[in-house]
Amino acid sequence: MSTPLLEVRDLVKHYKATGFLARKSPPVRAVDGVSFTVGKGETLGLVGESGCGKSTVGRTILRLQDATAGSVAFEGKDFFALQAAALRQARQRLQIIFQDPYSSLNPRMTIGDAIAEGMEIHRLAPRGEIPARVARLLEEVGLDPDYSTRYPHEFSGGQRQRIGIARALAVEPAFIVCDEPVSALDVSVQAQVLNLLADLQARRGISYLFIAHDLAVVRQIAHRVAVMYLGRIVETGPTEDVLARPAHPYTKALLSAVPVPDPNTQRLRIVLPGDPPSPSNPPSGCAFHPRCPHPAKDARCTTERPLLHQIGAAQVACHHAGTAP
Amino acid sequence: MTGSLWRLMLRALTSPSGRLGAVIIALLTLFVFVAPWLLPDPSAMPDLMAGAVPPGAGHPFGTDQLNRDVLSRVVSGGQISLSVAGLAVLLAVTLGALVGGLAGFYGGWLDSALMRMVDGALAIPRLFLLLLLVAVWEQMPLGALVLVLGATGWFATSRIVRGEVLRLREAEFVLAATALGAGPGRIILRHLLPNVAGPILVAATLGVGDVILLEAGLSYLGIGVRPPTPSWGGMILDARPLLTTAPWTSIFPGLAIATTVLAVNLLGDALRGALDPRSA
Repeated sequence: MSTPLLEVRDLVKHYKATGFLARKSPPVRAVDGVSFTVGKGETLGLVGESGCGKSTVGRTILRLQDATAGSVAFEGKDFFALQAAALRQARQRLQIIFQDPYSSLNPRMTIGDAIAEGMEIHRLAPRGEIPARVARLLEEVGLDPDYSTRYPHEFSGGQRQRIGIARALAVEPAFIVCDEPVSALDVSVQAQVLNLLADLQARRGISYLFIAHDLAVVRQIAHRVAVMYLGRIVETGPTEDVLARPAHPYTKALLSAVPVPDPNTQRLRIVLPGDPPSPSNPPSGCAFHPRCPHPAKDARCTTERPLLHQIGAAQVACHHAGTAP
Repeated sequence: MTGSLWRLMLRALTSPSGRLGAVIIALLTLFVFVAPWLLPDPSAMPDLMAGAVPPGAGHPFGTDQLNRDVLSRVVSGGQISLSVAGLAVLLAVTLGALVGGLAGFYGGWLDSALMRMVDGALAIPRLFLLLLLVAVWEQMPLGALVLVLGATGWFATSRIVRGEVLRLREAEFVLAATALGAGPGRIILRHLLPNVAGPILVAATLGVGDVILLEAGLSYLGIGVRPPTPSWGGMILDARPLLTTAPWTSIFPGLAIATTVLAVNLLGDALRGALDPRSA
């Protein structure tokens, strides 16, 4: 197998309480040993409920936050080892699209300036050519090129998301972290933005790490999927396999929560008891055991942490995966 | 400047007090900088024997003990007072924005060091600080007075800016700029400070009132603007022995100070209200 575009190994991000009067409290284990790869032109969907650490994964990979431990190799080179100047240069290849279309654009900058900024930083075009490039990018994401002199507040949420995409595309990245890019949008607009992302991937061969809490969205766009629970990946594999035959009880519960368009469909709804445990004090053994509905749950689940192992086409971190149901 | 700052000013003008303040400031500025062409030449040789003449024809504000026209001196004193205040505040706000921006953006020890320094400076009354500086530097030229007033006026602004920058630093558009490869200078100057322009404008407007009062106080103590350059504070100092015999010599510069400070504060309050309707 050739080198993947992006390889993340044992990524850890702990938040410690700091400050003069901070009491010694255990760190919040937002990300606790996550590994995955993303190939060229591939989309990896990263799913999980709020607070499971999926956004933190995206931000630490791009070094928008410092990782506590682990490594990221991008195009075979150690991304975490880069010094400030080299890092700023390397950032051209890795971009991010955010969830909130309102806070992700500087309200004091015209959208033309916002899209041009990356090209200016990396000197991708002579000054005179930039307006034409901005216009082309606006067209590529489905907006009127004449909009470039307007300010963000003049646009709708979906339009702003397109502007954010154009801003990321402007530096011609190979990899984009999509941090819940459609979860703040109306369903009809969601589909348009997802189609745009898919088109761009087909045209430019970009890879995505697509972070979402909605499996229906991931089903549309991701080639492979990784399910996170409490800072760890509990199941990963090709999207069709994982969604059609989920092996981890948490994945099954997530899937059962996806709405089905047909009101007459009878199905089993798995409701997990309780809330996700605090990541500053995760349960022993399998972090999912206090909420796990699996009938074979036993003492081993509370003492021994399950590791990812191959089951069919997927990898699953569960002692009883593969046994019924 | 960007559109939203303009909208902030327009919104401030919707309140009656903001409008009143703005109109007075506009009239005062116009008057102080245009009137010299319409008034008797202040450098014309006064009739030293005539003494202080009460307000009347030829001298609407009267004359002082050296028979100089009070109106002319209020006008040229106003030029000095308003220019000193304007430039000093410009300097103070620039310093405050930079220090606050750096402290808020970098955080850590730099933030702690800068902010403890500001805490310390704020614990010393500004007038005391100024007296100290002025005592060390005798015969301070006008430019230096501006410098000193500016250098002692940025502390509060830096705190406001730091707070806003701390809030904005985690905003997604700032993360996006970082991800694009923007350096700290670009992020502070293009992304953070423009979004703090509103609070800075409010601080600056209110600061102008403070500086006019301070400069008047210093000049009254004889250590601000030096005679023969007229200033409002200095005129009141000169007029002190005449308080009972020729009150117009101190009333008119006093009125000028009070009106200006009132107008500036009215506008500043209106701007603050426009920025955050809850605090109005």
